[in-house]
Amino acid sequence: MTIRTLKRGRPGYPAALAELHDPPAVLFVRGERIELLEKPAVAIVGARSCSAYGAQVARSLARELAAAGLVVVSGLARGVDGEAHRGAIEAGGTTVAVLGCGIDRDYPARHAELARRIAEVGLVVAEYPPGTEPAPWRFPARNRVIAALARATVIVEARERSGALITADFALELGREVFAVPGEICAALSAGTNGLIRQGAAPLLGADDVLEALGIAGRPRPAPVLSAGATALLELLRDGPAGVDELVARSRCAAADVAAALVELELTGLAAQADGVHRALGTTIAA
Amino acid sequence: MLARAHTHALVGLDARTVEVEAHLQRGSPAFAIVGLPDKACQEAKERVRSSIKSAELEWPRCRLTVNLAPAGLRKEGSGYDLPIALAVLAAGRQVPPERLGEHAAMGELALDGRVRPVPGALVAAEAARRAGLPYLFCARESAPEALLAGVEAVPVRHLGEAAAYLRGSFRPEPVEAAARAAPFRDPDLADVRGQERARRALEIAAAGGHNLLLAGPPGTGKTMLARRLPGILPALTQEQALEVTRIHSVAGILPAGHGLVERPPFRAPHHTASTPAIVGGGPGPRPGEVTLAHRGVLLLDELGEFPRPALEALRQPLEDGTVAVARIMGRVLFPARFLLVGTMNLCPCGARGDPGVECSCSPQRLAAYREKLSRALLDRFDLVVTLPRARSVEVAGARGEGSSGVAHRVAAARESLAGGPPCPTPAASELLARAVDRVGLSARGHARVSRVAATVAALAGAESVAAEHVAEALSYRSPSELAVAA
Repeated sequence: MTIRTLKRGRPGYPAALAELHDPPAVLFVRGERIELLEKPAVAIVGARSCSAYGAQVARSLARELAAAGLVVVSGLARGVDGEAHRGAIEAGGTTVAVLGCGIDRDYPARHAELARRIAEVGLVVAEYPPGTEPAPWRFPARNRVIAALARATVIVEARERSGALITADFALELGREVFAVPGEICAALSAGTNGLIRQGAAPLLGADDVLEALGIAGRPRPAPVLSAGATALLELLRDGPAGVDELVARSRCAAADVAAALVELELTGLAAQADGVHRALGTTIAA
Repeated sequence: MLARAHTHALVGLDARTVEVEAHLQRGSPAFAIVGLPDKACQEAKERVRSSIKSAELEWPRCRLTVNLAPAGLRKEGSGYDLPIALAVLAAGRQVPPERLGEHAAMGELALDGRVRPVPGALVAAEAARRAGLPYLFCARESAPEALLAGVEAVPVRHLGEAAAYLRGSFRPEPVEAAARAAPFRDPDLADVRGQERARRALEIAAAGGHNLLLAGPPGTGKTMLARRLPGILPALTQEQALEVTRIHSVAGILPAGHGLVERPPFRAPHHTASTPAIVGGGPGPRPGEVTLAHRGVLLLDELGEFPRPALEALRQPLEDGTVAVARIMGRVLFPARFLLVGTMNLCPCGARGDPGVECSCSPQRLAAYREKLSRALLDRFDLVVTLPRARSVEVAGARGEGSSGVAHRVAAARESLAGGPPCPTPAASELLARAVDRVGLSARGHARVSRVAATVAALAGAESVAAEHVAEALSYRSPSELAVAA
């Protein structure tokens, strides 16, 4: 693994970091494309033990924003962070992972392969020298780097005292845009994000909200051509997540046709499934 | 004086001819059995002596030696009682030895002389036919099995009847040719309400012989559904039925008095079963559950609870359709071509997938639970279906279609698949290629989806695999959250 170092005040050090009152003295970088650190970026962060809703929203959001040319910045943690990186890679976009430990550490272990793929299409960075152990007290400091690198920060799901809220605080301090994805008012996993909205954060209702705030024109996306069955099923899914059996009962179609239509929706990114429950993605509010 | 009787020793699923020699000599009364008998066989002494006396025949008052030849082959079980008793009687000229020479014999003796059935009658009868012995003495309960091998069974209830028959003073009542198949009926799919997704998966599994993994929270009917899979499989062909009957006969699980097993077997070992119990084993190797499920269905309920070595041992039979059990005494190859159905919860506490309960599993525990199923084993499941807890709306649904209707479609699809799998249309290939990019399908996953798509097309009666068939097949792929370290 080749590791590069970007020193403060030298060429290559990202300008965005200089806005911090305590910018990292050195940034260790794994990956080739250091120019990504100067490109417009959006941070997508949230809970580790997120719900299927959080995971699916994070992924599809990252997919759309990466497709629009934004660099997706996140923290490589389990849950929302990992999904954000995956979404960006899936869309053929670029992504940057900011670690709270040395960039040679496989932390979390299950994201070792994901880190390798991120380093191929983007960057893995940290302010700590290689070999540094992960430690809880380093993560808030890592969050300030995430907030500083991104022009806007999206919190997908967060409990009341989540680390993701620290990222939001840093972003506000820096005067960057903060978005929160609204969730159910009775779900503990959405208490943090809904609280942010009450405090004045912009509710995120779709990828276009971010693009608009950053003054980036989203590429006009052709509406995907769907079969009649898939269109009807998407309508049903808009009423709420459902299992196949429920969709069979409500659509009065055969299980085989429903299964085929759901795969069609999944491949076009309009729906996703977890644990047998299918969910429609994308906003229901017209831009 | 010397006399001989013929019987058979089971070696795996084969029977080897064993000659039972009884020799009477002058000397102080003694009784010895030689020729590598095991404990049960050694104890035949007491049973044989008592039953000869109970049959009001004479126990020879001299030195008696019984040899089981070939002497180097281990003799296991109680099936040697009857041939030993007959050889002893022939040696004492209480029955004509030359008549006994045309018969094979097998059966355990009770102390009052009654003949009890022992496992392996079909295999022994086939071996008798090969050895040119036209008749087989056996318990009445075993006679239908012996008839399947085309050997004339001499069904006897009592040692006295056997002796009388050999003397020509008794003719046993004939046993009606194989009391037809087990009257047992497979549970019917009509009992299942709702569950359209799982029903469809069962149909595809039956039509294409695809292994099926049902995942979902407890109480969603996973086991109930799996038990209904044998009922939609086509009946066994004559050849397959004989094969299965032979296995079940050797294992001693054939119900007494039954002939051919005509329906695909269903086996559901508990997760506490040992690895040898599942793949076969023992000093003289005996078939395990994978072999008992040959040509039928093997259900592993709560797949994640099985010990890992047992699961890994399934890989050979799943790949080759046979399982080799190697022991010091030799290596035995058992057939094991079965349809595997696994069920599992979505997490160790079982709450995942149930909207009413919050899962309390830590991510580490969840990962450990799922990693137990190695990728290699998970890869053997062509169909993975996640069943979330049904809402009451669906439970109240009408009774579903019965098994016979489904079995009809399955049989038709099997027939069409037998003529070669249908080819994919360009649209289908294009969709599959897109899926590989989009959901990161592995090479193995690609092959699996193609196979399932061919079955779906055959079920639809289509000439070629269309895009919608591939799309449906994709919906049964192993979802990323079930895969190891997603």
